[in-house]
Amino acid sequence: MMKQKFNIIKSTCIPVAIDNCNTDLIIPARYLASTTRDPKFFGDAFMHDLRYDANGNAVPDFVMNKPDFSEAPHEGVHEIIVGGQNWGSGSSREHAAWAIAGYGVRVVISSSFADIHRNNLLNCFVLPVVVSREFQQELFASIEKNPQTIVTVDVPNQTVTNEVTGHSEKFEINSYKKHCLVNALDDIDYLLTQTDKIEAYEKSAVKC
Amino acid sequence: MGKTLFDKIWDSHVVQVIPDGPTQLYIDRLYAHEVTSPQAFDTLRDKGIRVFRPDHVVAMPDHNTPSDQQEVINDPIGRKQVETLKANCEEFGIKHFAMGTKDNGIIHVVGPEKGLSLPGMTIVCGDSHTSTHGAVGALAMGIGTSEVAEVLASQCILQSKPKSMRINVEGKLQQGVTAKDVALYIMAQMTTSGATGYAVEYAGSTIRNMSMEGRLTLSNLSIEMGSRAGIIAPDETTFAYLKGREYAPKGADWDKAVSYWKTLRSDDDAIFDKEITYSAEDIKPRITYGTNPGAGIAIDGTIPNIDNLDAKEKAQLMVQLDYMQFKPGQKLEGTPVDYCFLGACTNGRIEDFRAFASIVKGKKKSPNVVAWLVPGSWLVRKQIIDEGIDKILEEAGFELRLPSCSSCLAMNPDKVPAGKLAISTSNRNFVGRQGPGARTVLASPLVVAASAITGVITDPRKL
Repeated sequence: MMKQKFNIIKSTCIPVAIDNCNTDLIIPARYLASTTRDPKFFGDAFMHDLRYDANGNAVPDFVMNKPDFSEAPHEGVHEIIVGGQNWGSGSSREHAAWAIAGYGVRVVISSSFADIHRNNLLNCFVLPVVVSREFQQELFASIEKNPQTIVTVDVPNQTVTNEVTGHSEKFEINSYKKHCLVNALDDIDYLLTQTDKIEAYEKSAVKC
Repeated sequence: MGKTLFDKIWDSHVVQVIPDGPTQLYIDRLYAHEVTSPQAFDTLRDKGIRVFRPDHVVAMPDHNTPSDQQEVINDPIGRKQVETLKANCEEFGIKHFAMGTKDNGIIHVVGPEKGLSLPGMTIVCGDSHTSTHGAVGALAMGIGTSEVAEVLASQCILQSKPKSMRINVEGKLQQGVTAKDVALYIMAQMTTSGATGYAVEYAGSTIRNMSMEGRLTLSNLSIEMGSRAGIIAPDETTFAYLKGREYAPKGADWDKAVSYWKTLRSDDDAIFDKEITYSAEDIKPRITYGTNPGAGIAIDGTIPNIDNLDAKEKAQLMVQLDYMQFKPGQKLEGTPVDYCFLGACTNGRIEDFRAFASIVKGKKKSPNVVAWLVPGSWLVRKQIIDEGIDKILEEAGFELRLPSCSSCLAMNPDKVPAGKLAISTSNRNFVGRQGPGARTVLASPLVVAASAITGVITDPRKL
């Protein structure tokens, strides 16, 4: 697992302006046959069939292959994806979140996420940030004008800021999950401390 | 205020609500397949823990299983995944329906038909089409692998409660219109994200008159409009379907269960966050033209024109049509097809094979198409043979294959080659879904059958 503590992420972005970008696009099914969670394997498969043609050559027109956006993510660089609406629709494959995390991305910003993928991102310590359609479009416009556009995602204060325009929005995250992200804690460790409650529930529950 | 059916099941499974956080929900049934479970079992091994309630878990391989023979999986990576599932089930004491055995099949076909999915249950699986099981009146949702690990470890997941939506369909379906067409119609109206954030309940006279198989098809496709769950109140159709199934309650337990299940309906005064009503009479046989399941039209319709679209909408449509090699305003009826696929967790049930056979009986498969007819389970396959449907198919030039997810997602040998056009009863027409470069038109078993005979996209009502 890529457990990472979240505080303030300040980075340039990769704009993936594809609406309804489904998890089959994020990672094609043939990469799902792996039985491991190797970040390199999944990072390399991220957006594979858009990045590479059938012969394995980079598709020059695809955003991740353009010189402005091809640098692999590291601190301050390309740690944020700005995605189209309904990001991560379709298959529940968590491999899509592993691909995003494996590539080195820490935040995905969109105007909407598919429900399962959103949970998967959170469980893989990639923060999904929901912004208004206007804010999303402004980000795309800023990045198009200046690929070096910096965006700041402040997790403790739940704000996202376009540093070019100075515009900022609050984003939602419940305080439990925020606590998990800030402290790099995951749900399974929490659930393992709740056995008494689970057993009490089992004793009282209606049996289907 | 009354409760919705969803509320009733959700509320009866709450272990606790974390303040300003998610709900800890108890899970009655976890299904596991080979693709989304290996890393979850690794998590348990890493933490040195056992499966908390192994008797609540049922596993089977389906995605990688070949449909031509099941002696061996030739692809070493796929084979390893299937073997890993078996080994994990042995290590952790989980019921496992092995490839090639009479219990095996696609999880979403096997679960209901074995009576493992029952009304009132919470059901999860690392697979978005887990929504299928909602058709028996269960709260069934797809989850990710981390959540699979959570359920293995604690029989619980942490979830925020979705909003509620009721979709009513009223009236009598026209001849040649199936549950698949209803789902494709609703998706086209709602778009692929129209129900994101909601749990959907399907209701109305059309749904009440639908067979269990039809309901399973409808619930299966809930995720294609963004809803993780598509639930249908259990009724006499449900009870008749489940009675006598292998794992369904028996004797006095059955009577007790049915009396509980009868309470599982939305109260008359329940209020939904959103409610929509469609008329069955408006629905014709459907096909898709784009690369998301919401991009669909009536079979006699035309692809939308670009004239009235703004630049962005136009660009988004053209990306899809360029991939599909279709044109704006084009009529698709009569378009030659290369591959025909009957099967998947959407349409791999006995009723789907009966429907297909009703069209092809006494006719001959077009020599221009490759047809894959793949039952959703060994039970379905047995039923096909018991009813003599295999003979009808054979006489028409079709071959009945072995249970598998098959051509739905290109994880086994049944891949559609690049550039070829498939008409398919599966659930997704995404770019590359049936194979890199493959083009997919989604349709009902009737439309696929008619097209397999003529070799072109065909309205079954006209055949």
